[in-house]
Amino acid sequence: MATADVTATPTRRPFTGRRVRFGDVSLQVVAGAAAAATTALVGLITWKVIDGSRLAIVKNGWGFLTRVAWNPVIGRELYGAGSFLFGTVVTSFGALLLATPLALGAALFLTELSPRFIRGPVTALIETLAAVPSVLIGLWGIYVLGPALRTSIEHWLHAAFGWIPLFGPQSAAGASVFTAIIVLAIMILPIVSSISRELFLGVPLELKEGALALGTTRWEMVRGIMFPYARGGITAALILGLGRAMGEAIAVTQVIGGSPTIQWNLFSTSDSLASKIASTYQGAVSRLQLSSLIELGLILLVLSLAANITAQWIVRQTARKHGVTRGGHA
Amino acid sequence: MDRAADGAQARRHPRGTRVSAQELSGPSVRNDRLARRRRVGHAMEAGAWLSAAIAVAILGLVVWSVASKGRSELNLNLITKTPIPFSLTNAPQGLSNAFAGTIVIVGLATLMALPVGILIAVYVNEFAPPSIRAGVGLVLDVLSGVPAIVIGIFIFLLLVVGSGQSALKGSLSLAILMLPFVARTTIEVLALVPNSLREASLGLGIAAWRTTLSIVLPRAIGGILTGTVLAVARVAGETAPLLFTSSVVGTKTDWDPAHALQTIPVAIFELSESPSPQDHARAWAAGFILLMFILFASLGARALVTRHTRKISGR
Amino acid sequence: MSTTIEPPVNEPSVKVEIHREPMPGRERLETIFHVDDLDAIYGAKAAVKGVTMEIYKNLVTAIIGPSGCGKSTYIRCFNRMNDLIPSYRQTGTIRYHDQDICGSNIDPVAVRRNIGMVFQRPNPFPKSIYDNVAWGCRVLGMKENLDERVERALTQAALWDEVKDRLKASGLSLSGGQQQRLCIARAIAVEPDVVLMDEPASALDPIATQAIEQLMHTLKSEYTFVIVTHNMQQAARVADMTAFFSISQGEEGSRWGELIEYDATEKIFTAPSDKRTEDYVTGRFG
Repeated sequence: MATADVTATPTRRPFTGRRVRFGDVSLQVVAGAAAAATTALVGLITWKVIDGSRLAIVKNGWGFLTRVAWNPVIGRELYGAGSFLFGTVVTSFGALLLATPLALGAALFLTELSPRFIRGPVTALIETLAAVPSVLIGLWGIYVLGPALRTSIEHWLHAAFGWIPLFGPQSAAGASVFTAIIVLAIMILPIVSSISRELFLGVPLELKEGALALGTTRWEMVRGIMFPYARGGITAALILGLGRAMGEAIAVTQVIGGSPTIQWNLFSTSDSLASKIASTYQGAVSRLQLSSLIELGLILLVLSLAANITAQWIVRQTARKHGVTRGGHA
Repeated sequence: MDRAADGAQARRHPRGTRVSAQELSGPSVRNDRLARRRRVGHAMEAGAWLSAAIAVAILGLVVWSVASKGRSELNLNLITKTPIPFSLTNAPQGLSNAFAGTIVIVGLATLMALPVGILIAVYVNEFAPPSIRAGVGLVLDVLSGVPAIVIGIFIFLLLVVGSGQSALKGSLSLAILMLPFVARTTIEVLALVPNSLREASLGLGIAAWRTTLSIVLPRAIGGILTGTVLAVARVAGETAPLLFTSSVVGTKTDWDPAHALQTIPVAIFELSESPSPQDHARAWAAGFILLMFILFASLGARALVTRHTRKISGR
Repeated sequence: MSTTIEPPVNEPSVKVEIHREPMPGRERLETIFHVDDLDAIYGAKAAVKGVTMEIYKNLVTAIIGPSGCGKSTYIRCFNRMNDLIPSYRQTGTIRYHDQDICGSNIDPVAVRRNIGMVFQRPNPFPKSIYDNVAWGCRVLGMKENLDERVERALTQAALWDEVKDRLKASGLSLSGGQQQRLCIARAIAVEPDVVLMDEPASALDPIATQAIEQLMHTLKSEYTFVIVTHNMQQAARVADMTAFFSISQGEEGSRWGELIEYDATEKIFTAPSDKRTEDYVTGRFG
């Protein structure tokens, strides 16, 4: 009996080698175009923002980065990013400083310490914190957190340590850098916490058992084994959190008060790059002012991209490192 | 049994502090090293408990504030009446324009982001070689790191300058924010679809494009929708990009995407700066509705995620 | 004992070569663990039930038996490692220096300080070779003469010569057998009384296995070894005392592990008292 050609059936054409189907090609082209467009989008965003700030770049010069000024009066316009850069740095790093121990602590709680039955709900609740819109956290910050801080912690710190410039007199407006830092910390806590949680879950059980079997306490095992193992990922998580804090405009502008000066006083008002843009945009009259605001946005974009790309690079580096199999060679 | 134990230990360990069996019976004055290590350990564990408690408490505080402070304005008027700025009377007002605008803008954003996100995921999962896959992944990650306000500036410069604001332009900015999220979750979901399914379909002679559209995607649809709901929840509360694209709005309840429409987050933002306490209460009330929507969408979607991933991967 | 075991014709029999110094007489043995009616239970299923035995100091005690008889669970009772598993409970006592180490008032950290463990698969830390051994010492407060301690531990683990020039290299760069010896060095660096070994050579090649068996032999004058092994020849080679566990069945198909026989190794392998032991060691099952 002749061997049946299983690929040739009466209703199909014989298999004559590579045939490119129109449907396959079009799907691939369309889908590929979507991917390419997205890649182009990032470049387009960067280019457009540069383009929009071109006027300001030319007029303001390099001094823009350090100049502390924002004078929109026509005829005497002078703009500088110095105070806003300072504000962004202070609020973002302050938020990171505050959020990191809390986030790591919560992640450790969820992976090592909590009873099984509350693990799921608490994880969901902490991730839900990330879902709360920034405008609501800001609203809460203005009318609940701000006043509470003012009468309690800010008051005590100023009374006790007022001689340190950091804890100077409280602002009249009730808004402060301190409130902004706490608001930002609340916003980045869930991100750092959930990434850390995943990292801690990924520490191999055998490493943890090996450490505990030596007679170490759980904390010693965490500090000596889990943290070093997860170090790269945690760093990336922190940088991502930093980027998120730098880019937050709405919640910050609601609670920070908006003053274009550089002060070391945590309880004074201030402004960050993002919050300045958000608060001033609608009142921008002159083209130079608008362009200067966009230049602020450019600085913000550069900082955010730097943070994001650094974090991604670290993630990919650590993934490669942990992918190394053990006991490589005899 | 002779108790030569101590003698033997002395012989073996002539130097150093040696933890003896006495340690086993709990904190001992003799070896405060272990006691101190234990104290430090307990303190750290208490700190971890406290951290988790603080995080949950903050969520509780925010939700409680939002729920309680808006109560006076939390009524049907909020959704049915339009705002009356600078009102000197007690005429009933609400934020109906914001509710309508939010539905329009978020809806349009979803319609824009969903197909593109799915297409990107299809490309990455079904067609792209590994290097391109990594590259697109990187692009998506970078795009998700661009601050929302910068996206607003971008659309402003691209489309609003010269032509004015509109809801459609606002939707576009939100769509850009949603895109990486939708694409990434769809990629994960498509990867869960077992290869055996694709092979079975291809083995029957069905073309690759048909396999993808008729077999793979429908299988993954649950997960894709869940990811979309999460993206919508994320974007429904966005304010910054809309400041540039859809903030100069009228007070009438408008559904026309060609006009600039009010959204709830922007309304809350503007009301929060107002001096009037009724405005504040209205902001809280609108915030309550927004938050409830977002919470239900997020928690509901997350609850469904496990069910869907199991269904998709066939386990 | 005059009983002889005659393997049935045409059936493979276990050739057990016994090369070992004679054990000290029973009256000179010191008990280090006294296990009394121990039940180890996961959730609703018991892993082992009713174990009563004594483990003697400075001997190598082997725990053998078919897979599923609870040997690993049993050995992990001695250093409270089973505590890490949420559904675990146990009844009965294990007395160590007149303390019941299973008691709720006993801190597992202190127990593990004195009773160390080497695991089935080598699990060195992702640190340098030096730090693998030194980390435990540092954390536990044995900070003086760290270099000496590390060298001593590595020497006792028969690894020093191979790694003395590359102490900064990662512990993960060693071969499997070397990694396991590193884990042994790490365990003995903190100077425990007892070293528990859960099938330490099962993931290793014969040469590496031999190195580890030799190690036990050399070190038993300083430490007490309890080793779980599925390899009978290994037990015969290294152990002074052997405990044979097997699986018992109850109603409704419940199964658990039980201690069948516990005696000097020579006796277990040449003249076991229990038929089940005889069946196992002659290879008729398991």
